[in-house]
Amino acid sequence: MSRSEIRVGGLGGQGVILCGTIIGKAASIYDHKHSGMIQSFGPEARGSSCSAQVILSDEVIGYPYVRNLDVLVAMSNDACHKFLPELKKDGVLLYEEELVSFPEGTRPAKAWGIPATRFAEELGRKLVLNIVMVGFFAGVTGLVSRQAAEAAVRDSVPAGTEGLNLKAFARGYEYGRELVGGAA
Amino acid sequence: MKASPEGVLTGVHFMDGDHAACEGAIAAGCRFVAGYPITPSTEVVERFSVRIPTVGGMFIQMEDEIASSIAIQGAAWGGAKVMTVTSGPGLSLMMEHIGLAVMAEVPCVIVDVQRGGPSTGLPTLPAQADMMQVKWGSHGDYQIIALSPNSPQECFDLMIRAFNLSETWRCPVFMMMDEVVGHMVERVEIPPADQIEIVPRRWTTKKPSEYRAFEPGPDMVPDMAKAGDGYKLHITGLTHDERGYPAMNVPAQNRLVRRLSDKILKNRDKIVDVREDGCEDADIIVVSYGITSRVAGAAVEMARGLGLKVGSARMVVCWPFPDVEIARLSRKAKAIVVPELNLGQMVGEVERAACGDARVYLVDHAGGSVHEPERILETILQAARDAGLGFKTEAERS
Amino acid sequence: MNPTEIMVSDADEKDVDTSRVAPIENPVLSMLRQDRLPHIWCPGCGIGTVVNCFSRALMSSGHDMNNVAVVSGIGCTGRVAGYMNLDSFHTTHGRSIPFATGLRLANPGLKVVVFSGDGDLFAIGGNHFLHAARRNLDMLIVCVNNFTYGMTGGQVAPTTPLKSTQSTMPFGNFEPPMNLPFVADAAGASYVARWTVFHIRQLVRAMKEGMEHKGFSFIEIMSPCPTLYLRRNKLGDGVDQVRYFKEHSVLKNGANTQDVAITATDPIVVGTFVERERPTWLDSRNAQLTATLGDRFVPYGGQNVQK
Repeated sequence: MSRSEIRVGGLGGQGVILCGTIIGKAASIYDHKHSGMIQSFGPEARGSSCSAQVILSDEVIGYPYVRNLDVLVAMSNDACHKFLPELKKDGVLLYEEELVSFPEGTRPAKAWGIPATRFAEELGRKLVLNIVMVGFFAGVTGLVSRQAAEAAVRDSVPAGTEGLNLKAFARGYEYGRELVGGAA
Repeated sequence: MKASPEGVLTGVHFMDGDHAACEGAIAAGCRFVAGYPITPSTEVVERFSVRIPTVGGMFIQMEDEIASSIAIQGAAWGGAKVMTVTSGPGLSLMMEHIGLAVMAEVPCVIVDVQRGGPSTGLPTLPAQADMMQVKWGSHGDYQIIALSPNSPQECFDLMIRAFNLSETWRCPVFMMMDEVVGHMVERVEIPPADQIEIVPRRWTTKKPSEYRAFEPGPDMVPDMAKAGDGYKLHITGLTHDERGYPAMNVPAQNRLVRRLSDKILKNRDKIVDVREDGCEDADIIVVSYGITSRVAGAAVEMARGLGLKVGSARMVVCWPFPDVEIARLSRKAKAIVVPELNLGQMVGEVERAACGDARVYLVDHAGGSVHEPERILETILQAARDAGLGFKTEAERS
Repeated sequence: MNPTEIMVSDADEKDVDTSRVAPIENPVLSMLRQDRLPHIWCPGCGIGTVVNCFSRALMSSGHDMNNVAVVSGIGCTGRVAGYMNLDSFHTTHGRSIPFATGLRLANPGLKVVVFSGDGDLFAIGGNHFLHAARRNLDMLIVCVNNFTYGMTGGQVAPTTPLKSTQSTMPFGNFEPPMNLPFVADAAGASYVARWTVFHIRQLVRAMKEGMEHKGFSFIEIMSPCPTLYLRRNKLGDGVDQVRYFKEHSVLKNGANTQDVAITATDPIVVGTFVERERPTWLDSRNAQLTATLGDRFVPYGGQNVQK
């Protein structure tokens, strides 16, 4: 059984939950896999940081939570260091490189950074940084297909903003593909 | 009859269980909801309040759960299909009105998105610890119906069934969700309205002069009339006769209270729903319900990998309790393992039905999360050892 | 309305329409479930008088009796629902108002009248009263205030006068009673009146006004409980109490509800205290949703009405 466990973490207002939702939706509705997304409830959800857990699987999902984290998508320094301990050995870290820093020697082996906030600002709306991260996730991990992710972006964002959001997605996706040495 | 197309959100969605439950209610014809905010159920009424003004229904946020649980009963007598939605502390406040809905035979659906208790407990984290409260929480003897969805898709599907059961048997029907099922986002497929079978209210065809509000039909359930139609109904929570008039004596009590129970128990074959998987030749059967059935599925797979014959029986309907089915399973199996997110509730019913034919093991959990599948596996292995069943060790397996 | 003070006098009794009183059959019998009589109320109790007034109000109102529903809670007054030949609902203690809320909103063609006692409406059901008044739900609340819990044997109520003795206040009540019209007014009720069971004509008229008034209408009716309140406090029988009401009542329409508390020394202020126009909950909802949703808004029952 192929099961991938993803956690998206960041600050409230960064669009963390929507990022997780789009990944889950891309997999379940457009890639025809199984997926489940659970956002963090509990005291932490009322503070400044928040997170979403996404499970992707070829089979029906039994255990709904993250137990063996494959991919951590970190949009803030706090979230990165809070969840890094649960990332499995040789798990993949994707992070907002201008917001996250690592004490000497603590950066995991498979870690890929992206200046997502700056890219979003360059596109004209800082708000779309979460969509840049969705693109980056798809580009680096290949866990959701580009077509599926784009379709999920299109029907998850407010009407009239699809063009901007698809550009944001493409920016993150292509940056990710380049980093891992694949064709964009 | 088929569902009315208004408000049916046909298509494939990525939505959480709370929202799916709301969509199920709208598709089932629910047009009146009274509720009071309480985590983790609030999303159901939030969505209903957004959706229903364009569907011709009504939402009112009442001053508390006591009010909500009786406003829906007023609305049911006004002619609407009705629902209220809550979680533990709110459910506790509703208890008196569960009794009224039973006694006055009011079709209504009550959604309980279970969280950790007692008291305020764990508002944002799951439990399955209200299972006995919904069955026994109101005073007196009675039966209710309770369903346990284990996914957002089932929150939709079972909500249709919940309304259909409440209309058929004229009793409160509980949707026993939990925080995980309520908040988890998954694929939910909503069929076209003409593929959704719904049970309309059992309106009487009799004239007011011939109608007796509590005269049971062949299925032990009376047909209904609504206020304003000239039937001059009298509805009371007091013990009543077939006219609905108070009749506070031993024969009237015996006749009414027995019928209210029997209409559920003697029709239980039309209500219970146990989904069995691999139980035919199983030595050990895991009996579970709701979110725990998903985690149990993972443990069952692990145990089968170790060479054990393990079956799974999922109670989609928890009340009325599927005692005939559990008795049959326990005659065939050596052991039954019951994981639940409480310190032992439905396990007592399983033991009662098993009558000692199979040894029953509880895998408890105080709530706040779901079981680790390994904990359920451990108990399966303990049951295997106790029964003298051989199995591979993890090392042998790998 | 300007407050006007008139002592209620015998002159009022001339208004009684004796031509309606048939010698043999009770003229309001058709309004009652005759197969449920005799009723359970004690001799001298005022509830029967209130039912009589309500029946007369209904008969002269011109309403189709199929469209009037009565909802009661629990208690002696709670039994009114059981005797009215209408759609009638005898619900749980304190919860008649939220039941009526659901009934009224799910079936907007109904006239809904809530009949209950002071304990039911203002102790256990107090919060529901406040919120229904605040919402200006279109219903009439008839509160029979007999100063005690009659059905359970005379315990202290939120309206029990100071110093009175009750089974759970055996050494004299030290809790200040609630001024019901003031509470109703403050919470937003749009029609508020008080009468006693002596004021039969006025009460019939008030009940008609309350039913016609669009919004939340509240009528407090002071009524004797000879068995459990009067006897325990050595205040005579039902007739003595009605005489007391007659002799100590002062009509003060438009009175400031702050000033109408019932005390041992002041006269009983009766009359119509509040009459104000205010949109009902349903009108406000429909207006707000029309303003925000336009053509997309479908009023309740606009589609898919269950037949």
